Amino acid sequence: MNITLNVWRQPDQKSQGQFQSYPATGISPDMSFLEMLDAVNTMLVKKGEEPIAFDHDCREGICGSCGMVINGRPHGPERGVATCQLYMRHFKEGDTITLEPWRANAFPVLKDLVVDRTSFDRIIQAGGYVSVDTGGVPDANCIPIPKVKAEEAMDAAACIGCGACVAACKNSSAMLFVSAKVSQLALLPQGDAERKQRVERMIAQMDKEGFGGCTNTLACEAECPKKIPVTHIARLNREFLRAKLT
Amino acid sequence: MDTFLSLYNSSVGKKFVVALTGLFICSFLVVHLTINLFLFKNDGGQTYDLYAHFMSTNIFIRPIEYILALGFLLHIFTSAYLWWLNKQARSVPYKAKASSENSTLASRTMFVTGSIVFIFLVVHIRTFFVPTRFADVEPSSYEMVKFAFRDPLYVLFYVIAISLLGYHLRHGFQSAFQTFGIKDKKYAPYIHFIGGIFWLLIPLLYIAMPVYFYFNPY
Amino acid sequence: MELNSKIPEGPIEKKWDNHRFAMKLVNPANKRKYHIIVVGTGLAGASAAASLAELGYQVTSLCYHESPRRAHSIAAQGGINAPKNYKNDGDSVWRLFYDTVKGGDFRAREANVYRLAQVSGSIIDQCVAQGVPFAREYGGLLDNRSFGGAQVSRTFYARGQTGQQLLLGAYSALERQISKGTVKFYDRREMLDLVVIDGQTRGIIARNLRDGSIEAYIADAVILATGGYGNVFYLSTNAKASNATAIWRAHKRGALFGNPCYTQIHPTCIPVASDYQSKLTLMSESLRNDGRIWVPKKVGDKRNPREIPEEERDYYLERRYPSFGNLVPRDVASRNAKAVCDEGRGVGETGLAVYLDFADAIKRNSKAWVEEKYGNLFDMYHEITNENAYETPMRIFPAVHYTMGGLWVDYNLMTTIPGLYVLGEANFSDHGANRLGASALMQGLADGYFVIPYTIGDYLASSKFQQITSDHPSFSDAKRDVEQANEKLVSIRGNKTVDEFHKELGKILWDYCGMGRNADGLKKALEMIPKLRDEFWKNLRVPGSSKSMNPELEKAGRVADYMELAELICADALHREESCGGHFREEYQTEEGEAKRNDEKFSYVAAWQFNGVGQPETLHKESLTFEYVKQAQRSYK
Repeated sequence: MNITLNVWRQPDQKSQGQFQSYPATGISPDMSFLEMLDAVNTMLVKKGEEPIAFDHDCREGICGSCGMVINGRPHGPERGVATCQLYMRHFKEGDTITLEPWRANAFPVLKDLVVDRTSFDRIIQAGGYVSVDTGGVPDANCIPIPKVKAEEAMDAAACIGCGACVAACKNSSAMLFVSAKVSQLALLPQGDAERKQRVERMIAQMDKEGFGGCTNTLACEAECPKKIPVTHIARLNREFLRAKLT
Repeated sequence: MDTFLSLYNSSVGKKFVVALTGLFICSFLVVHLTINLFLFKNDGGQTYDLYAHFMSTNIFIRPIEYILALGFLLHIFTSAYLWWLNKQARSVPYKAKASSENSTLASRTMFVTGSIVFIFLVVHIRTFFVPTRFADVEPSSYEMVKFAFRDPLYVLFYVIAISLLGYHLRHGFQSAFQTFGIKDKKYAPYIHFIGGIFWLLIPLLYIAMPVYFYFNPY
Repeated sequence: MELNSKIPEGPIEKKWDNHRFAMKLVNPANKRKYHIIVVGTGLAGASAAASLAELGYQVTSLCYHESPRRAHSIAAQGGINAPKNYKNDGDSVWRLFYDTVKGGDFRAREANVYRLAQVSGSIIDQCVAQGVPFAREYGGLLDNRSFGGAQVSRTFYARGQTGQQLLLGAYSALERQISKGTVKFYDRREMLDLVVIDGQTRGIIARNLRDGSIEAYIADAVILATGGYGNVFYLSTNAKASNATAIWRAHKRGALFGNPCYTQIHPTCIPVASDYQSKLTLMSESLRNDGRIWVPKKVGDKRNPREIPEEERDYYLERRYPSFGNLVPRDVASRNAKAVCDEGRGVGETGLAVYLDFADAIKRNSKAWVEEKYGNLFDMYHEITNENAYETPMRIFPAVHYTMGGLWVDYNLMTTIPGLYVLGEANFSDHGANRLGASALMQGLADGYFVIPYTIGDYLASSKFQQITSDHPSFSDAKRDVEQANEKLVSIRGNKTVDEFHKELGKILWDYCGMGRNADGLKKALEMIPKLRDEFWKNLRVPGSSKSMNPELEKAGRVADYMELAELICADALHREESCGGHFREEYQTEEGEAKRNDEKFSYVAAWQFNGVGQPETLHKESLTFEYVKQAQRSYK
């Protein structure tokens, strides 16, 4: 099939960007979205033009590298998949597809569709861990954890840190990302000792990075490739209030 | 105060203030409506005026009025501030827009609906509250209502504003519980049920008044 | 060059303890005077960087991703082994040791493997303490499942995302140290050279991928934890950016390369669909616990799989290996899949696939049960193939997955260059000629959490370091060379893209050095590869500049290294005239088609020394002795 791409091109962080149109011809519906971009890039390289830069790595939806806003939707029209897991069979002959980078001031554009998400790492640095050094920990089975709780913690821990929640949110809020970590560690006894500082520091860092606040539109949940539910945001709020008020 | 400031310094804390004041205003909506419903009592406004008088003179109600005013101000100021902060988080907007695919219109238009309700509030206070409180002789509230609702434009404005208030609450009510962190699988159905009363039933009853008086002027 | 593996004296179960006592310690107050660079932030790199920083060393950590959490360890699905014997099914350190040595087809160092088995239990403890949400039983205790090559349940897992959860654990430990300032982390940096001064490793040269600038980093020791080189095949289950550049450039600086031909071809991957395919997707081996592998008995049977009656199906693994059945090790499973496809009994459009069928599991338990255990894998399969595996059997085929070979290291994980250490998949050490499932995560974390923190101290405490700055000629020369090499890549201005060259190279390797290898094919490959390499340097097209962010240039540098590495892989495969584990030489097989080792001639590690591009490398041998596990023909019957 033949489609048209309307892509945001920006040479580097300081330059101005603009949209540019490219034809993508001879695309098979069984191609992945990134394979379609590979094909377009091969064409560009052959013409001596710089290919469209986009972050990607594992191409199986787990590393969290890839991510672009496809026709206004982070990771495209399918629910519960990352961009690399999106297949061209979800598009039609003759479609025009608009590709934009994650838009958020806390995610500056580095080049074309590549953004800098190190603000997420700094939020984790603020407290997204359990303070244990290597060695000297108790046997793994000495604290039983109810299966239901462990499963819920795992639901939260499934976050791949791709930033689609921020990209989808009209406020560029990182609440779903932050809540996934806070909630995971709040559900497990290992995280209990630091739960108060953790939530306070991570939220303070989130604000400092320039992410917006949550207005509960739930767009993050709808666009999350790991379908992380907003009940974790509720838990984050609870943890936060508990930390501030007790 | 320290606790409040430390809360207020954070985006989550501010949101908490918005949610708390929002629910507080909801409770006021119920009280206000309860008294207003006496307008429909067929006694020429006697009972209604009695309660209106009570509300504006009772020594217990007066301080609550200040708290209510503070609640309104906090709600309005904090949400406007948050809206402005949230605007700062994205300088370059998206070209392609598909937000209807992932969120409700009500949730995305809280600032707009809130702003119109705010204008309504100012007009409403000017029409009903200021005359009763600051006049030399307290007028009959019932007569004021009857008079105000003869104006079709005023009625139309009232109906639109209250509809938008309902729309505002459609998102706002349940959202407050999410902000408090108590909206989970277990409680969500109840929250949505009570939410329905707030965003649908209560606005309808409010709208019933101007409509009733407009069509039954005598 | 004399290869000294530095295996400690004493009985195998005492070696590590004895060694830990014998090693010199660095005084706590002195630790902060030593500077260590850790390249890579996967399981091995992140755990090493965090653990060393906790001890008090000054650590610099780099990775070519934007965040440590993107490292490819994250994609490991199945699980991590530890002989906790929580299941009371007869597991022990000894049994894990035995399984691993046997699984590696007797081509690993016994002492290393024993140590790995010994520390593996502590890994689970460590991860649980970090808040890794492992799967649990209803009683709240940890759950285990079984995995290929073992008859006990010793695999800990977190749904199908074990690698992700373990990596996020190590990542959180690393981020904690970064926040304390004990680790300096640099994102989007790719190591492009190693700096050796007076025979000691003293730093690295890296390219800042954000702006293309070339940077020098000085240290007293360098740790490479940069993963495997499976991407040399172009199509593999590795992430697109996984590469051999760091270890290859260290090899060119003098570190020997061990067993380059040992490649693991994973049996359960989604088959190749077409030419534009950019990578292969692994379906966790855990699927073999409940799925049954079969092909039609008749050659060319193209019926819908559900219409093929039971008696016309060949459950070939269950038939040939009744005691291990579908849970035979990966090399055996892959080879058998290839064999049935070679017979013309392969399924799907290309005939290069076998069925992995869950109908029995669904009948025995329920669809919900299968969904709970493997739901995410079934979803993934559906996304890619548009087929519902609950209703029709999955089609799977082997794909390049892991490289057992890597830089040669001694018992202390140090290469032949003093002060250069290699951890995880990047080294050659623990898996011999074939790695068992759920052992890669174990090795990466064992190296990083529990081995390197001890062994590196011994080196630092017993070495002398001269003060150097980045003005040192070795640094400025290396920097200049790297700059020139990058400039050269962008200035060729030929007609072929990096990917086109990479695909061609990958096809040569897959055809002649893939699941089955023979002397003729390997010789042919050894003629083709240098030709392709020459063409690469004449006809490559890399647009853009070397002094800005340029993903195409990054790829070009990596493929340039593959062009050299591929030759070494084939040379190693050609020289090893035996079949063992993942290295299957068609000339050397038993009558039943199993791998036939030649212990008399080849019971050694082949460690290769670089002599210049296009020059044959020099072979050094570290002979392997088996005192505790008797070398025998591997049997999974």
